[in-house]
Amino acid sequence: MAKVFKTARRVFAGRYESLNEIREFIAEAAQEAQFDSQSIYAMQLAVDEACCNIIDHAYGGEDRGWIDCQVDVRSDGLLVTLIDQGKSFDPEQVPPPQIGKPLKEVKPRGVGLYLIKKMVDKMEYHSVAGQGNVMRLFKRKR
Amino acid sequence: MEIKHSQFKRCDLLRVRGRLDSATAPILEEKLEEITEAGRFRLVLDLNEVDFISSKGWWVLINTQKKCKRFNRGEVLLVNVQPQIRDSLELVGMGKYFKIYDDVASAVGSF
Repeated sequence: MAKVFKTARRVFAGRYESLNEIREFIAEAAQEAQFDSQSIYAMQLAVDEACCNIIDHAYGGEDRGWIDCQVDVRSDGLLVTLIDQGKSFDPEQVPPPQIGKPLKEVKPRGVGLYLIKKMVDKMEYHSVAGQGNVMRLFKRKR
Repeated sequence: MEIKHSQFKRCDLLRVRGRLDSATAPILEEKLEEITEAGRFRLVLDLNEVDFISSKGWWVLINTQKKCKRFNRGEVLLVNVQPQIRDSLELVGMGKYFKIYDDVASAVGSF
């Protein structure tokens, strides 16, 4: 069982201006988890994409709710838990991005979720009545 | 985000500084629209001082690339893309939509 060295939690306003602060919060935790620069960037990108999805899709726009962000610095890596109170979604129903399509046909749908899945080792998502939508992103220390 | 714009005879050079995410992508989008609306479609973007690009940022660049390449009137060339940014671009298969150069002179000279 992995040991948890440190847990920190912050609540951010659901707006794009919060993204930089969120990424800094993640970078700090990733450094404590002894991630290399490539893994720090990967975790920042995954969390940024997840938070954008919360703002755009769960809340349907900026300033409509909060993003609760918890980081667990563990002996085996970093676990980030994001909670929102917006509309839930089924990750299985999001179509994969159109990789390989000609430029004029390519559309943005599905890229964010695809990036999240590629950047972390494990992604879990579930909706709990009374608690909200919970996304857990775990990346192993290399 | 800071954008320095230089207009050359054969192309436009934009030196971008900062992060390109959902908060800042509209700033770059507005600048690129201003240039393309002026009928200039040969663009070089120096990303040497850009340390983060999310998918929202890439979409601004891809939409501009679509606009520039229409009727073969131009192209968006990228220069000095940081390795971790380049990795994420390749991962989602968007790397093939851009020519990436290691120095500004080569990119500008290619037009």
